[in-house]
Amino acid sequence: MAKTVSQIILDASKVDKVGVEERVARIQTRSVKGTSKVQGLKMALNMIDLTTLEGKDTQGKVRQMCYKAHHLHDSIPDLPAVAAVCVYPSMVKFAKKELRNTSVKVASVSTAFPSGQAPLEVKILDTKFAVDQGADEIDMVISRGKFLQGEFQFVYDEIAQIKEACGKARLKVILETGELTTLDNVRLASDIAIHAGADFIKTSTGKIQPAATMQVTYTMLMAIQDYFAETGIMIGMKPAGGISTSKLALHNLLMVKEVLGDEWLTNQWFRFGASSLANDVLMQLIKCESGIYASPDYVSID
Amino acid sequence: MNKKEKWPLSPSLESTQHASIKKQYSLFIDGEWVKPSSGVYFPSINPADESHLASIAHANEKDVHLAVQAARKAFPLWSKLPASERAKYIFRIARIMQEKARELAVIETLDGGKPIRESRDIDVPLACNHFFYYAGWADKLAYAFPNRTVEPLGVAAQIIPWNFPLLMAAWKIAPALATGNTVVLKPAESTSLTALKLAEIIEEAGLPKGVVNIITGFGDTGAAMVNHPDVNKIAFTGSTHVGKIIQKAIAGSSKKATLELGGKSANIIFDDAPIDQAVEGIVNGIFFNQGHVCCAGSRLFVQENVAEKVIRKLKLRLKSLYVGNPLDKNTDIGAINSKEQLETIESYIAIGKKEGAEIYQPTCNIPKKGYYCPPTLFINVAQSHRIVQEEIFGPVLTIQTFRTVDEVIQKANNTPYGLAAGVWTDKGSRIFNLTTKLKAGVVWANTYNKFDPTSPFGGYKESGYGREGGVHGLSAYVKLS
Repeated sequence: MAKTVSQIILDASKVDKVGVEERVARIQTRSVKGTSKVQGLKMALNMIDLTTLEGKDTQGKVRQMCYKAHHLHDSIPDLPAVAAVCVYPSMVKFAKKELRNTSVKVASVSTAFPSGQAPLEVKILDTKFAVDQGADEIDMVISRGKFLQGEFQFVYDEIAQIKEACGKARLKVILETGELTTLDNVRLASDIAIHAGADFIKTSTGKIQPAATMQVTYTMLMAIQDYFAETGIMIGMKPAGGISTSKLALHNLLMVKEVLGDEWLTNQWFRFGASSLANDVLMQLIKCESGIYASPDYVSID
Repeated sequence: MNKKEKWPLSPSLESTQHASIKKQYSLFIDGEWVKPSSGVYFPSINPADESHLASIAHANEKDVHLAVQAARKAFPLWSKLPASERAKYIFRIARIMQEKARELAVIETLDGGKPIRESRDIDVPLACNHFFYYAGWADKLAYAFPNRTVEPLGVAAQIIPWNFPLLMAAWKIAPALATGNTVVLKPAESTSLTALKLAEIIEEAGLPKGVVNIITGFGDTGAAMVNHPDVNKIAFTGSTHVGKIIQKAIAGSSKKATLELGGKSANIIFDDAPIDQAVEGIVNGIFFNQGHVCCAGSRLFVQENVAEKVIRKLKLRLKSLYVGNPLDKNTDIGAINSKEQLETIESYIAIGKKEGAEIYQPTCNIPKKGYYCPPTLFINVAQSHRIVQEEIFGPVLTIQTFRTVDEVIQKANNTPYGLAAGVWTDKGSRIFNLTTKLKAGVVWANTYNKFDPTSPFGGYKESGYGREGGVHGLSAYVKLS
């Protein structure tokens, strides 16, 4: 039986910011070395949603990015491809064509990304268009204005309707945590999104700072942990924006491992939304192989 | 969850190369390294793998007498030194400790079994900060005690425990020196090494001879210190049992004493608490330093309507704790300090089982050699269980439920001890209500096991008397008129 929104509000755990900061700091003192570092870095690569979301996106740009998505650095053998590329709806069909016969999925933002300030009909249309174009995954934004106005039922219903419009596509719900400002809000928005049908919850659009801080991701992972304990259903997590270094990526993975367990350590359940992370991970992998830090010019920019 | 580790962490061992440990340590008396008059040395063992680290001198009554004499001889000079000069020496100790922080952390971990994460991030920095803090007070005593004449007591005999060897040495030595006293300090027999390293640092800092004397040994050495007629002040941290012996020994004498003894502290979780952070607080409260903490939150009280949730989350959290080699930077729970202590803890776990409490221990890969104990929960216990009443001093948590605020206050105070307590709630007014009613020296709100040199620490009832840290810590070492 689905929970009512008032029950979700009642059940939402309270979050103590100082305590979360301490917990995260402790995860950041963990040390990932040797084989576990190489394994972690490869895992991180395989979890990336390689992203371009700009007004100036062109087919040329998307083509180059799609090639990179499954040819990250061909001079290192056995590198995985990234999980997906993430583009605007107008680019879905083209990206899909570029990525045929690969494991890389196509994710599309929708619902008047990034602000979400459009009528529901437009958002549904936006979503259906992306799905019809072949999107495997939909990254929607929630109505932050309505959330901050206290209209939680509206937020819930909107997510539920977009979920319906998604059909078989997996739905990632972007909370835009930088606009929700408190961890208590992040927690409540996570619970609402999960109960309304999100397959993934995602921190940010990448357009607002702060984006995917570890404190925010930790809070969302806790919501996923609680939902799993209640229902046995796994929900995915996607921190997006601001994760540009290997170290931060590894700490995020460790956090997933400690909070949710090793089952979540696949791109089925965890993603990084990032544009520059892949290259930093590649540079670290080159260092692990050769023992030398290469110049950034040894890694392709696409 | 966590059925099989898909991504195991490779060992990440802290290097021990820069840690220099001598084969044999003599006694540090009157600025010299002196052989024990008995000629007897005892081994210091690494509890993580049972290897031999060094031979430590066993001081007897004669050696104690020499040390007290040296401290007495140094007292007039040290106490009459301009206070700002005294401060300089103490600052110098703090700075040299900081320079050697990594070496001290490694030795602390080797000798005591605590995880390198803790000795590196907590013990050593805090110990340095205590010296810095009290160095600052040395020439400002008139402001600490306005309109009073402040005089030092004389020779302080200080006996410290094995759970925070270097930190406890800092807690004891720093305020004593700042107020112009001279010191004879004895570390616990199982963890003498960092105190001896501190003696080397004090030597390097060029303190006048005899101001700090560090002697090593067992209970008989401590007894000789307590009973020495020329000692003015006893500062002891350790068990309530020994605290009582000391109290008897000094009865009728003019010796002043501060005793920081055992505890069985309550950690209280209300239903409106931020539960996930409270679970972290429970973990930090009882599993910090393998539970070898006098103020450990060893009695957990959870409001009954959230008990199931808290216990479920706690069990899950325990699975992500790493138990093992203390030198591994990822280790959360290291080695139990000694074989004897491991036996004590195991006997209490057996008692708990026999008493019918429900036990939970996560599966851990515990090293074959060395003294280890997995984190242990006893669920559904009552105040009448022995494991709830007696201090176990290990990673063992007892969990009781409660219904109302009044009930939990009554039960939390229903113990011979009164060292610390923790309160977890979203409600500010409730925090203040509890802090005024809990009979404990320290009450933490929405956190646990936080230490700072500016904050006084000490207990009620059988947890001892006197305060260490802060301005209060100064008054234990001065005569006011």
